[in-house]
Amino acid sequence: MQKAEDSTLAGAATKAPLIEFRGVGKTFWTDEKEVEAVRRIDLVARGGEFISLIGPSGCGKSTLLNMTAGLFHPTVGDVLYDGHKVTGFNLKTGYMTQNDHLLPWRTVVGNLSVPLEIQGLPRAQIRERVDDLINLVGLKGFEKSYPSQLSGGMRKRAALARLLAYNPDTLLLDEPFAALDAQLRLKMQIELLSICRRLNKTIIFVTHDLDEAAALSDRIAIFGSRPGTIIKIIASPLPRDRDLLRLRHDQDYVQLTAELWDMLTPGLASTRGEAA
Amino acid sequence: MTITHAAELKSRKALRQSRAVKLNLMRVLFIVCLLSAWELASGRLIPEFFISRPSRIFTTLVEWTLNGDLFFHAGITASEAFLGYVIGSACGMFVGTLLGRSRFLAELLDPFVTAFYSLPKVALAPVFILWLGIGFGMKVVLTAAIVFFLVFLNTYTGVRNVSRELEAILRLMGARERHVLFKVVLPSAITWVFAGLRISAPYALIGAIVGEMMASNRGLGFLLTRSQGQFDTGGVFAALFAIMLLALLLNTAVRYAEIKAMPWKTAESDREMTI
Repeated sequence: MQKAEDSTLAGAATKAPLIEFRGVGKTFWTDEKEVEAVRRIDLVARGGEFISLIGPSGCGKSTLLNMTAGLFHPTVGDVLYDGHKVTGFNLKTGYMTQNDHLLPWRTVVGNLSVPLEIQGLPRAQIRERVDDLINLVGLKGFEKSYPSQLSGGMRKRAALARLLAYNPDTLLLDEPFAALDAQLRLKMQIELLSICRRLNKTIIFVTHDLDEAAALSDRIAIFGSRPGTIIKIIASPLPRDRDLLRLRHDQDYVQLTAELWDMLTPGLASTRGEAA
Repeated sequence: MTITHAAELKSRKALRQSRAVKLNLMRVLFIVCLLSAWELASGRLIPEFFISRPSRIFTTLVEWTLNGDLFFHAGITASEAFLGYVIGSACGMFVGTLLGRSRFLAELLDPFVTAFYSLPKVALAPVFILWLGIGFGMKVVLTAAIVFFLVFLNTYTGVRNVSRELEAILRLMGARERHVLFKVVLPSAITWVFAGLRISAPYALIGAIVGEMMASNRGLGFLLTRSQGQFDTGGVFAALFAIMLLALLLNTAVRYAEIKAMPWKTAESDREMTI
């Protein structure tokens, strides 16, 4: 256990709690049914920490992101951000949802400019920043394209660039790299990790890709479904300044991935049992 | 290989062009046949008094063009329709946006709006005549009243249908109401607004023409009733033809504005379909 005041790189994530879920439960009511999305969630993310949420579909991972962003509020329990209860839109967070939610009437450049226009930056500065971001996510040559003219992967990249444009403290990412090809995904993962380390971003990352969760996270929360609960939280044995390119040969990484697979496959075995 | 490819593209283009030429030729043939049948039937099968004849209508149009009647009256009708259209749609867009963004106002005013909407707007003409007399203003207001509701309802629906997710995404970026309004709500509602504008373009002419027919001494509607009063069937048809041209012109203008205002729509319809 490291001291709380430790300010070294490794200690960056051991600061005070930034996001806290305290006994959080959320139930949705539709016309005739009530659906309990999550139950008794206790989770603390410290500033600068990278936490992945993994688990079967429909186990309430996105629900946690929505509550962190303040889009809706828990039925029981509290969600705290920086010590305060989240009551409205949480402007400290940037949310990249499963749908890219780009504005269809704006080109790529126009979409990336939106948050900067809201911040009231001068036009030249916006242009410059947008150019940098377009290069970063590899959308050069598509500046004037509308979202409808882009592929799914390109739209995701544009959405990520838009998120980075306004530079929120906390990034809530819901399967941001799912639609990307392997090489580009790795490139974006490296970029994301370096950005969050350099600028001390806190990240809550939902993914279905166990390798990705193992590669990027400081801690991984594993969910069980119906209602969604956290079964286990695993702290990554990997160092914070890890080299994603060489990870495949890292014994700790291989072991961690294996452990995650073992945690999630019993569910698979039981569904197969049901089908038989 | 590339040569055959290019050749194929070229031949496909030529095929498309020749098809378009053929289609247009057939259209011309169709209208010529129709007009000839009309010309021949008139006075032989059906008394000329009822259906006039194309040559007669054409002569009347030429006559009106030469003595300046056509442009004078068409100009007046066009300005009434256009002015009423602009005023009505501007008010419709404004009120539609306002009510679309304010749930309270919308709920408060809903029964009154529905009641007014059910009223045939043309029936308001006598009221406007009482208030404004039988001049230019009365036709403009009548047109505006008709156009207002169509644009208002479409704008309202459009503003109501704005994606709440998009709005939330912008709110998380720190957007205020004016940002949300100008960056999400209005661009998203514009498709609906233009649907309203397109529907109401012909209605703008209804307002102007009906107004002129009820009480006026100028405009195409007046030309129509005057010809009818003189039992000049050719004149009636000539006036109708002029009104039709005006309607086409207004429609084309709205369509052009629509394409200019929504470039992303063209991008969407131009791309190859994928599922």
